Parts: sequence; structure tokens; C-alpha cells
Amino acid sequence: MKALREAALSALVALGLFAPIVGLRTVPGERGLMLAPQPGLVAVLVGLVFVGRLGVHAYDRLRPPPGRAIVGPRLAAATARLGAWLAPALIALALIWPALVGRYYVDLAILVLTYVMLGWGLNIVVGLAGLLDLGYVAFYAVGAYAYALIAEFTGLGFWTCLPMAGLLAALWGVTLGFPVLRLRGDYLAIVTLAFGEIIRVVLLNWVSLTGGPNGISGIPRPTLFGLRFGSDGPGSFAGFFHLTSSPMQRIVFLYYVILGLAFFTNLVSLRLRRLPLGRAWEALREDEIACRSLGINITRTKLTAFAVGALFGGFAGAFFATRQGFVSPESFTFMESATVLAIVVLGGLGSQLGVALAAIVMIGGAELFREFADYRMLVFGLALVVMMVLRPRGLVSTRTPSVALGAPRVIGAEMVAQGRG
Amino acid sequence: MTEHVAPLLAVEGLTMRFGGLTAVDDVGFAARAGEITAVIGPNGAGKTTVFNCITGFYRPTGGRLWLTRADGTRIALERLGGERVASRARVARTFQNIRLFAGMTVLENLLVAQHNRLMAASGFGLLALLGTGSYRAAERAAIERARLWLDRIGLIERADDPAGALPYGAQRRLEIARAMCTEPVLLCLDEPAAGLNPRETEALAALLHDIRAAGCSLLLIEHDMGLVMRISDHIIVLDHGRKISDGTPAAVRTDPAVISAYLGEDDEDEVESGA
Amino acid sequence: MAYALQQLINGVTLGMIYGLIAVGYTMVYGIIGMINFAHGDVFMIGAFVSLVSLLGLAALGISAVPLALGLTLLGAVAISALYGWAIERLAYRPLRGSFRLAPLISAIGMSIALENYVQVVQGARVKPLAPVVPGGLTLMTEGSFAVQLGWMQVVIVVVTLAVLALFTWLVTKTPLGRAMRACEQDLKMAALLGIDTDRTISLTFVIGAALAAVAGLLFLLYYGSIDFYVGFIAGVKAFTAAVLGGVGSLPGAVLGGLLIGLIETIWSAYFSVQYKDVAAFSILAVALIFMPTGLLGRADVEKV
Repeated sequence: MKALREAALSALVALGLFAPIVGLRTVPGERGLMLAPQPGLVAVLVGLVFVGRLGVHAYDRLRPPPGRAIVGPRLAAATARLGAWLAPALIALALIWPALVGRYYVDLAILVLTYVMLGWGLNIVVGLAGLLDLGYVAFYAVGAYAYALIAEFTGLGFWTCLPMAGLLAALWGVTLGFPVLRLRGDYLAIVTLAFGEIIRVVLLNWVSLTGGPNGISGIPRPTLFGLRFGSDGPGSFAGFFHLTSSPMQRIVFLYYVILGLAFFTNLVSLRLRRLPLGRAWEALREDEIACRSLGINITRTKLTAFAVGALFGGFAGAFFATRQGFVSPESFTFMESATVLAIVVLGGLGSQLGVALAAIVMIGGAELFREFADYRMLVFGLALVVMMVLRPRGLVSTRTPSVALGAPRVIGAEMVAQGRG
Repeated sequence: MTEHVAPLLAVEGLTMRFGGLTAVDDVGFAARAGEITAVIGPNGAGKTTVFNCITGFYRPTGGRLWLTRADGTRIALERLGGERVASRARVARTFQNIRLFAGMTVLENLLVAQHNRLMAASGFGLLALLGTGSYRAAERAAIERARLWLDRIGLIERADDPAGALPYGAQRRLEIARAMCTEPVLLCLDEPAAGLNPRETEALAALLHDIRAAGCSLLLIEHDMGLVMRISDHIIVLDHGRKISDGTPAAVRTDPAVISAYLGEDDEDEVESGA
Repeated sequence: MAYALQQLINGVTLGMIYGLIAVGYTMVYGIIGMINFAHGDVFMIGAFVSLVSLLGLAALGISAVPLALGLTLLGAVAISALYGWAIERLAYRPLRGSFRLAPLISAIGMSIALENYVQVVQGARVKPLAPVVPGGLTLMTEGSFAVQLGWMQVVIVVVTLAVLALFTWLVTKTPLGRAMRACEQDLKMAALLGIDTDRTISLTFVIGAALAAVAGLLFLLYYGSIDFYVGFIAGVKAFTAAVLGGVGSLPGAVLGGLLIGLIETIWSAYFSVQYKDVAAFSILAVALIFMPTGLLGRADVEKV
């Protein structure tokens, strides 16, 4: 009975929510806008809410009482154990992926890996150092445009421009970081967000350099030790190995380039975590004041986290540019920052495996909804809410110590701080 | 001052105001090398504020804080400020409400304390990234030092546990060990015995004596008068932000000003400072 | 001079709208310490409900402008408040006391969902609306330039001031306001003292959403066109305003809103329209670096 009453109440609320926005669609008429009533759609939605609320109620009653919403540490431990074989399995799968699937899935994997790399880069800033950066896309954009412009003006190849693009992004990270890293918590978040928007607006309006909304096209493609892809004859990959040129060759090559870049990011992150610098990042996340009392230079330590994160963002940007052959400000909206941050948080702050899994789930998942283009982002947004409600600490929430006297034991999420900066 | 050797820490005319509130008012005292100096006083006397000024967390409104190094040169701590008080002047501290890196292991806590030395050895991250041997040696030495301290505070068994999972008393000891891993010349302890049971307090007293014997001077704030009277060489008493007494435990114990401050008699300046 | 005066008028009008949205951010931040990322989208919902309502009333033949505006205001406030309540209930309350970033991501998800929801059900195109309150007053002329004070601008300023007065009364004089301020000081302590914190937080979202809805209506009237994306930009600027004024300070939010409005208008008038957002954000960054707690924020001495 109570369930029915609650469901009815929910339905009533839903009616209030949907009636004006869904029920009365504004359509262009003869004299300005007109309203087109859609009572059927509202009725369906309200009905769904009613049934859904009943369903939630039934589910709550069936389930054993403890552990509402938050999944217990038992599952976290299980995930950690899973990680022991899941990570090698994923790496093996990634290495042979292009041999297993067709072009569409290799392309999709390139996209996923780009986000894995971005996620790992941002993980250094947010997950390790605990600095909330809502404008990570800025570094991605700087990397992409830096590569496009350097290649355009100097004619240098991808492999020469890549480090330059990364370093430029890192330089931007330091330039931005120096004044703003003194800010705490959400102030830092909002300033980084603002910085991300500033970069986009500048890219959009500095037409003489960036081409404005039209962007830059004709960005050179990467080569394999000087061998071109996508054509025949001497100097091309196909010519050198006496193959027939096919577009697939370039896609597979791009796949391995981004796989290599992602591995590199992972390797550096894992190595840094075991070094004093990485430990200082984590200590900063745990307690900034204690760090200061131990003589650790807070600003410099934060700045390095920002710079390293930006470096990888820049690399990913350069790869994005060379893959697309085209960059425009449209690709660098706040949505990108939000997506990467969501990957990091959903993956579990600081967890390399979690970030990879989250990128696969989210980017792959979003791709599944491609056919419902209009509903894709709607579902994406709702999925973020649902995932956070179910697993606020992310998929892999445990922390592995960076050094141990005996056998290292994982640390439960309830101990680990998320930082204030 | 009867000594001809300059004191390790000389506080001169220290004043700290927050808006209209004067938390510390013209306080001066000295902490001599090789001694345990205690700062006591009722709640709100300004003890922690003095500590925060000395350790660079607050920039004092006025006054000087001189630290004399082993080679005789003096450093003005109030100009140093921030983390450089710890890194350059080698003044370490603990906190009233323990500030460990709760999600990191006990061992990691002690390694973070050796950050600056390890950073230098790792070529600021770059050399070690390539995996050079000199860094590995430095890290081994750092772990050795951590192990030494873990032995001393009886936590070697729990080296790989998260610091946040330790019982309260052990957390206090770990915080002291972490501060000591920075190899300080002066260790400032803010209520190290708070919340400890008598047995733990006993162990703490022994630990502090060991630390002094090893050549590190101590400055501590403490409410446990039994402990203070027993281990201190020198006591400074603050009340309402002012120094009201300064001397040996025996002298301070019998000082009428101290007795009245603690018993609340004759409290004429309460209205005026209102702390 | 005349040109500057005109910009001042426009800036204040725009600033009032930002200020109304900023109050919602600052209230929520003050109480539960989270950036309610979806707040800008509640503002957008308010604007859309206003649009639907104005069109609907016109279709029903209610043509008296004050009546139509009054009914629209009530409708927009009611529906948006319901949205504010539902959002808090579904996306934030389950995460109360959770890790710091979880509510933020949930809020970002909510924001994305709301934008796309409106895009799906109302279409992506810009929605134009004929001026509801046309005409105005010529204040002065200088050469060929006439300083105009539109009736619309008068309506905006008057409505904003009236709403803010009502809101100030609510926060300072009523039991609800007292509960809200108590929760802001110390949520746990407030709960121990018998304040229903869940209810208070819900009402905070409801009130914030109601103010955002008023802003949505005014925005629609002022610009005469909206789309599903207006919430993001206005939201970011309003949050900027809240931060500039000092997060947690209600007068600060309004002041910050006015400043952002003025900066944006003056920058567009004298420098370049394209870079107006850059100006607002840069000033935010500069202001924060030199005044880390905002204009009217509490100076917060770091507890050691």
C-alpha cells in the first residue's frame, strides 16, 4: 500500500516535471513559435516513473537490508583480486586486437585508447595529487593545435612534433598552474574550468592563426620510420614491404601508435608513483599541511603534477590531430573535460586499471548508443548519475602502497583521502 | 641570559593579531640546545599560535624568531616562512590533532618525510625515472632510517599497514617518528601526550629523552603537568597571550602568577584581552 | 559619457540576472559544500517553462501583459522548484556524506542529462520570442547617441530587487532561514539540535531553483531567444560571480553578479564581443589570486 502511495506521488511529481517541457513542444508556426501538445508522451513517461518507482520498492524489499547504494569492501577486494589477472588479459587483448576485429572496432579502440591515455594523464593530477582540474581539455587542445601549427609551419614530421607538442602543453600547464595552484579546492576547479573555456574561445576567434571555427586541416599523418601510409610506390609503407596499399594499414598503425603512447603514459605514471615525487603527490592529497611541516614545497610539487598531467594531455592532443588530420575548437569543449574527469572518478581515483576499464565502459558504451544519436548524451548524463549513486568511489577504489617491507597489502578506500585542492 | 652560547631558538617580542584579537602579545623566550623546553598555559593562552609562528604556518604580526645553527649563523624564521622552516632551518613539528597521511602506509609516511633528500638523490625525479643506481642506494638508506625509527617506536610489525588504521597512541608516536625523519635540530610537539593512557605517556617520556640524547632539542606544548614537570629542563608559562613565568620546573611550580592563572584568581585582564 | 551610461544600464540589467542565479550556487555551496553543476540548467528549464507558458497564455487569449507575466513567473518558479527538488532527491541525496568528487560528477551528469533532455523534447534550434514589454525611455541624447532605458530593463531590475528582498526576509527572519543558516555553519551540529537537515537542504535547492527560474524568465524577456545550451554559459558565469563575491555570502553573490554583468557589457562595448567570456574569466582568475576568499567571503584562517 505504501509502495503504491509513493509510486503515485512520484508519478505526480513526474507529471509536474514533464507536462510543461515534454507536453508542450514549441514548434515554429506562422507567427512566431507555436505549441504542439504531446499528451501521449507525457502519459508514457509518467507511467514509466510510476512502474519504475514500484520496481525500486520491490527491489529494496527483496535485497538484504545492509549496504544501501554503497557497495561493501568485500566487492572492492574482489575487484582488486580480479585486477591481478584482468590487467594482463587486457594488455594481451589490446596487443592482438587489430587481428581479431574489423576496421570499425579498430577505429573504436583507437578512440577508447585516446581516452584511456587522457584518463591516465588526468589521473596524475586528480587521482594522485588530489587537484581538481575541470579544464583538462585545455592541454589536449594545446597539444593538438601545437602539433598542427608546428607541422604546418616547419614541415617537421609527427615524431619530431609530438614531443614539442607535449612540452608546449606542459609549459602551458606550468604557466597556468603557477598563479592558480595557490587556490584551494573548488576555487581551483572553477579557475581551471574557466581556463579551458578561455583556450577554446581564443582558438575560435584567433582566426589568423587557428583558422577560427573552420580549424586547421591537412595535418600530416604519422610515418613509420619515414614510411608513408595510404599510397603506393617508393617511400611508402606498402611499397617498402611490397604490399598493396590499403586504408586499413594506416588505421592499424595508428592503433599501435596510440597503444604505445598509452603504455608509455602508464609506465611513467607507475614509475613516478614509486619515486619521491609521486609519493609527495599522494601525501599532498592526504594532507597538505602535514606536507608543509615536512619541508615539502607545495607549489612546486603541485606544479609538477600539473605539468606531467598536461604533458600527457598534450601527447594525446597531438595524436588526436594527426589521426583526424583536422582540428577545430569544436573538439575541445567542456564536455571533453567532463568526460575525462568522469572516467577518472568512475575508474577509481589513482587506479590505472580502473581508469582503463571506465574508459572502455563509457566510451564504448556511448558508441553503442550511436544509432540513437539524440538520446546518446542524455543517456550518458543519466548513466553518470546512476554510476555515482551505485559506486561513488569508482570501480577500483583500493590503493596499492608504493613501497613495502613485507608483502604489499591493498589499502581500503575508506582510508584514502580525495584531496581538497 | 647567563649563558654565553646563543640559545638554539630565541623568540623576541613575538606578537600575533587576528583582526582585532591579539592572540600572542610581545612574548619572548629562549630554547637552549640539548634541552627540553615546555610551553604551558591554560586553554586559549596562545600556545599553539606561538608554535604556528615558529614553524612557519603563521606570519607573525611582529617580533623576531632567531634560530642559531650549529655553525653559529642565525636564521630569522619569520622571514623564511612556509615549508622552508622545515627544509632550511630544520625545525620539525607535530600537530595537536594528528596529521598523518592516513591512506598511505606507515613506511610511506616515513619516506615522505625524507622527501627533500630523496628528491635530490633522484635528480628531481628525472634520473630515477631512468632507473639509476645512485637513487636506489638513497632509497635503501631512507628505508633503513625508517626501519630504525619504526623499531624505536615499536611499529615495525605494522610498517605496511595504512597509518589511519593504527590505534591513537601509535599514531602519535608515528607522527613524532615522521618528524624525526626530517633530521631536525628542533622538534616542536603540540600536546604529544593528549589522549594517551599512563603507560603510553611513560613510553612517550622515554622516547622524548632518547630524542634529546640523540642531539635534537625539543619544544613542547603540553597539558599533562606531571609529564611536563618530569621531563622539562625549562618551562615558559603563557596566559592570555602573554608570558607570565619563565624558569626551571621547580621555579615555575611555585610562581604565584602561575598558580593564579591556573586557579583563576585575580583575573583582572580577562575583560581586556578577551581571548 | 552617454555611451558609458548606456553600458552601465545594460551591465546592471545583465548583472541582476547573473546575481539571481549566483545566489542559488552560493546557498548550496554554503550548506553542503558542493558545486551544483546542474544549477545553470535549472535556470535554462526556468527559461523554457517561461517560454511555454507565455506562448500558452497567448494561445489562450490572455493578453494583459502584467497578468501573463505574473502567471508565467509563478508557473516557472513552481516547475523549476520541482526540478530543483527532484534533482537533489535523485542525484545528490544518495551521495550525501560520500567522497568529495562523487556528488560533483553526479552533478555534471545531471547537467549533461538536462541539457540533452531539453534538446530532445524541445529541439535544438534557437527559440525566438517577440518582445513582451517593448518600448522604453530616452534618458538623454548626446549627438546622435541616445541613452535608452527599456521598460524591459526596468521590469528586470524591479523584479530582481523584489525577489531578493523577499529572499532576504526569508533567510533572515523565518525559522526556515534560521535552519538554513544553522546548517551552513555546521551541518552535524544542526542535526543534533533537532533541525531536519534533509528537509532544509531540499528547501535550499527549491529556493535556489526558484530564483534561477526568475532569472530564466528575465533572461528570456531580455534576450528574446533561448536554446538548450544557455544554462551552461550563464551557469559558469553565475558561478564565477558567486566565487568573485565570496562563496557562501549571499550579498556577495549579487555583488559578484553585478560585477560580472558590468565587466562583460563594458568589455563587449569597448573591446571585443568575441572575447567577452575571456574577460569575465580572466578577471575571475586575477581576483581569486589576489583575493582568495572573494569580495565578501569570510577570511578563513587556516586551522593547523
